[in-house]
Amino acid sequence: MTRQDPIPPSFDEVRKTTCYQCACRCGIDVHMKNGRAAYIEGNRDHPVNRGVLCAKGAAGIMTHNSPARLRAPMKRTGPRGSGQFEEITWDEALDLAVSWLGPIRDAAPEKLAFFTGRDQSQSFTSWWAQAFGTPNYAAHGGFCSVNMAAAGIYTMGGAFWEFGQPDWERTKLFLLFGVAEDHDSNPIKMGLGRLKERGARVVGINPIRSGYNAVADDWFGITPGTDGLLILSLVHCLMKAGKIDLAYLRDFTDAPVLIDARPGPGQGLALRDDDGHALVWCRDQQKPRCFDAHDVDPDLAGTWEVGDVTHRTVFAHMIDKYLDPAYAPEAVAERTGISAPRIRALAAEIARVAFEEEITLQREWTDFRGRRHATMTGRPVSFHAMRGISAHANGFQTCRALHMLQILLGAVETPGGFRFKPPYPKPATAHPKPHCKVTPGAPLDGPHLGFVHGPDDLCLNVDGTPARIDKAFTWENPMSAHGLMHMVVSNAHAGDPYEIDTLFFYMANMAWNSSMNTTGTMAMLADTKPDGSYVIPHIIYSDAYSSEMVAFADLILPDTTYLERHDCISLLDRPISEAEAAADAIRWPVVAPDRDVQSFQTTLIQLGARLGLPGFLRDDGAPRYSDYADYMVNHERRPGIGPLMGWRGDGEETGRGAPNSAQIDRYIENGGFCTAHIPEDAQFMKPWNMAYQDWAVELGLYDRPTPYLLTLWCEPLRRFQLAAEGHGTRQPPDHLRDRIRATFDPLPIWWDASEAHTAGGFDITALTQRPAAMYHSWGGQNAWLRQIHGYNPLYLPTALWERHGFAEDDWARVTSPHGEITVPVAHMPALNANTVWTWNAVGKRRGAWALRDDAPESNEGFLVNHLIHELLPPKGDGMRWSNSDPITGQAAWFDLKVRIERVAPPKDGRSRPAPAAQATPVGTGPRLLRWKVT
Amino acid sequence: MTALPPEPKVKLGLVIDLDTCVGCHACVIACKGWNTQGTNAPLSDQDPYGDASGTFLNRIHSFQVTPERPGGAAGLPQTVHFPKSCLHCDDAPCVTVCPTGASFKRAEDGIVLVNENDCMGCGLCAWACPYGAREVDEAAGIMKKCTLCVDRIHDETRPEEERQPACVRTCPAGARHFGDVADPDSAVSRLVAERGGVDLMPEQGTRPVNKYLPPRVKDTLQGADIAGEEDVLAPFLAPVTEEPGGFLGWLDRALDRL
Repeated sequence: MTRQDPIPPSFDEVRKTTCYQCACRCGIDVHMKNGRAAYIEGNRDHPVNRGVLCAKGAAGIMTHNSPARLRAPMKRTGPRGSGQFEEITWDEALDLAVSWLGPIRDAAPEKLAFFTGRDQSQSFTSWWAQAFGTPNYAAHGGFCSVNMAAAGIYTMGGAFWEFGQPDWERTKLFLLFGVAEDHDSNPIKMGLGRLKERGARVVGINPIRSGYNAVADDWFGITPGTDGLLILSLVHCLMKAGKIDLAYLRDFTDAPVLIDARPGPGQGLALRDDDGHALVWCRDQQKPRCFDAHDVDPDLAGTWEVGDVTHRTVFAHMIDKYLDPAYAPEAVAERTGISAPRIRALAAEIARVAFEEEITLQREWTDFRGRRHATMTGRPVSFHAMRGISAHANGFQTCRALHMLQILLGAVETPGGFRFKPPYPKPATAHPKPHCKVTPGAPLDGPHLGFVHGPDDLCLNVDGTPARIDKAFTWENPMSAHGLMHMVVSNAHAGDPYEIDTLFFYMANMAWNSSMNTTGTMAMLADTKPDGSYVIPHIIYSDAYSSEMVAFADLILPDTTYLERHDCISLLDRPISEAEAAADAIRWPVVAPDRDVQSFQTTLIQLGARLGLPGFLRDDGAPRYSDYADYMVNHERRPGIGPLMGWRGDGEETGRGAPNSAQIDRYIENGGFCTAHIPEDAQFMKPWNMAYQDWAVELGLYDRPTPYLLTLWCEPLRRFQLAAEGHGTRQPPDHLRDRIRATFDPLPIWWDASEAHTAGGFDITALTQRPAAMYHSWGGQNAWLRQIHGYNPLYLPTALWERHGFAEDDWARVTSPHGEITVPVAHMPALNANTVWTWNAVGKRRGAWALRDDAPESNEGFLVNHLIHELLPPKGDGMRWSNSDPITGQAAWFDLKVRIERVAPPKDGRSRPAPAAQATPVGTGPRLLRWKVT
Repeated sequence: MTALPPEPKVKLGLVIDLDTCVGCHACVIACKGWNTQGTNAPLSDQDPYGDASGTFLNRIHSFQVTPERPGGAAGLPQTVHFPKSCLHCDDAPCVTVCPTGASFKRAEDGIVLVNENDCMGCGLCAWACPYGAREVDEAAGIMKKCTLCVDRIHDETRPEEERQPACVRTCPAGARHFGDVADPDSAVSRLVAERGGVDLMPEQGTRPVNKYLPPRVKDTLQGADIAGEEDVLAPFLAPVTEEPGGFLGWLDRALDRL
């Protein structure tokens, strides 16, 4: 025999762009052969992934080649939901859209509801919506992780994932709370790898021991929804033992700020001087002084006695609250499912690492009071959390509690702790407030989304009714910084608070896995009035693929795949910065579309021009931008500040500078991204470090230095409480007063959010997790990924498995107060004893995603969404209460409670409910795949 | 039947860290992507958009285990992710069983390969391999296995840092290591020595080149009542004061000291 050594495959070139297989935005090297994309691996130079790439990213080639790709604009020909369409031209499609949108804009712009899902161009889509004039715009944050994002920004001036990260190279103890496998995808895996290499301890606090929790050195299989209680118990232990960083609290947080004790409209708010500066008690001069005075010595224990009133510090209020024995480990053990000795052991380990293994870097720096420091000292304990602790009705306060713990340790923006990524740090006060003033034929009065600071900032009409279709920024959920996308279909269908004309979605599978109450949502989208017309008159949808949602649209505007488009990953919204550099990136068409499709952003630019929206036309009436790439280069949000920071002006300017027509070419030459490194003396202590503040101004992140104190005491919460107590002119409806008083505590609290769900014996928590190798429903069309995650049994812990006598291949009926499903089960010991779970979004509707009828996803596969309602079960008070966090409106997916029983397997082997098949507008995929580009 | 070469002086292989693998499947797909695009026949997928079953050279299995604590009590249950591909055995039964000589082990680096032109897809190698590391490619009618990316690691047109298997290059957690296991001074050999790396199923007598680094002992933060020993962490939580209301006094003194 002759040996036939394999010959290395040859590629013509490598094109470097940005992945879009999830929201992580890694750099990818697309290997080209004969003009086609053949193989993808990670870009070694890229700041996010430094060469590595996850399963989703490496399988991007199969998503790019998916048989489910839409081919041309389509107009619905059958009934809504049927999937019957005819292909039309782009001219026809745009004309049709304009025929609906034009009259709306002229008469009542709010009758357009425009919501985007996995949108990575929010600074652009929001700008379009603002120019259109509707108040009804948001992306999907409200049903994803707004609690984590908003709590982070209100508390620390930044949040986990995109806006901050653990100091992976220095941290010695890392605590990971809840489901967090997906955001950040590769950086967390890389970080865990670094920790393992250095022998640092990884602690997982999660009802499910899979994925990252499988490699955790210690696993705390907590009862879902009790993370806040566990955290407050840790706080209790650490405070009681004095294991808190007093100097840090004194110098960089609001702990020494004096809180007004006088009964009245200001009670519980910070005392301020005439210029609005918060006051602290100066230990040296024994009088109240401005917090940022050059020589102030803030006193955490200070009191200011005025007459018979004693104003005390935030820290004094924290002592009262958290030293309470109600937070002792013994008091919380049963509820959290973690024994008191284990809670103490965890608290003690945090204390040990924070205060016995502190890290001091010899780096000089100057703080905002003008004081020089010779070193930077940190407590090497770091944390991460995302949707797991976020998607509960008590999630906002739980996320705040976690940040309070970080702050008490002095582990925010210090070596070994949590580090911000530009454009963060940026406090809530530096963000816009929400805007909702509608003027027919004119733009909205400002950005839709933002951070409210009290009742005056709510989006209410003069008569007190909600201004927005999703009721964001109302008394029901005042601080809903990301909107409430999960309420849009239901409110539009109910005409509550008002009827709309056109529902316009981008990249959001609202007729399936992205909605609560999926069966009901499909019915609402297709519901008709007595005259036969649709309750929601028009639905426009843009996606690249034949998702379940496509069938419910009247007009389809087909998007490209991520390898066929321009995009900017911009500092104006969600960039790819790292703790030591600002960074942004582009996508560019490494291949041209072979279908009659175009990027959604280019479609919006064309619609903007046809509608005559301000900013979309030149003075002579011609379109201002030819396509999205043109916008990326030439749009200026403020003079000299555009979507991309790199190679501006003459090509040598970063951050600020005039538009440069060669900008995109320069990005491509550099591998698709741009980085601006932070000077060494500015890399820590950023909120207070003048070297960082000045650097950020120079780059254009701020227009002036914006130092601030970390915010343990959340005054916006207190302002809503004051209103609920009867102060002020803008008053909540009476039925919400008690809830606001109870839950809007300015210091983090915990309450049992499951109580609203358990009546009737629904006492098992049902969760979902997103697999590391699958992103939402998108992964289900991927020939390689679906071989990894094509099945999703319901995983049961040993206690439930044995109690109900389950055996392999058994099925269960799972019932919630809202509905029931019948699904296959599997045994999993490494699971909280009263929790069941399955993989998220694996189940598919028959006919969608070009899958064949024997696909497991539309047979055994299932969604738990059918069990979850957007409203809470009726309480008997005649009111309808949203299944959301009362502060932010975050969808409380993980408060789901169920009962379970063993049933005979369905004869057809299909899970229930099994909705009828949709017609597929793209056919189905082939029977055999031998993928090779030659 | 096919003969094995004399024991290779260089034994290239993988060292896989089970303490670090999060089961993300990045290696599985990187392998699939590279090896469909190589000069061998692509790794086919049957019914890829229905009840799919395709050819993969590397798969991850997940196990639930409940270890014993010292003293015999059950510990907390664990999930272990276990990536598995060809282990490039010194005594490779898949080679010696091959009736055509298509399967062979390279003398120069120990890699076990299949000459696809000579393979008739009889499947004896899959039967002989105790690890289930061989798969039939139904479309090509031949047997497939991990090549250790022999078309990457020896490709001198690639930069040196790129001469590693696709699975190793892509692993986000850094759980996969590649090198010469026969060289005691290589990075992989040092890792095996430090971490107590093991052979998979040594009783099979296959002498695998690939090694696994076992998971470290877990769940040690237990507190005194379970560990049954002195609670060494307890002093870190000693209260600053036992006096009611004494905390503010402590605070005042502590602030004076700052």
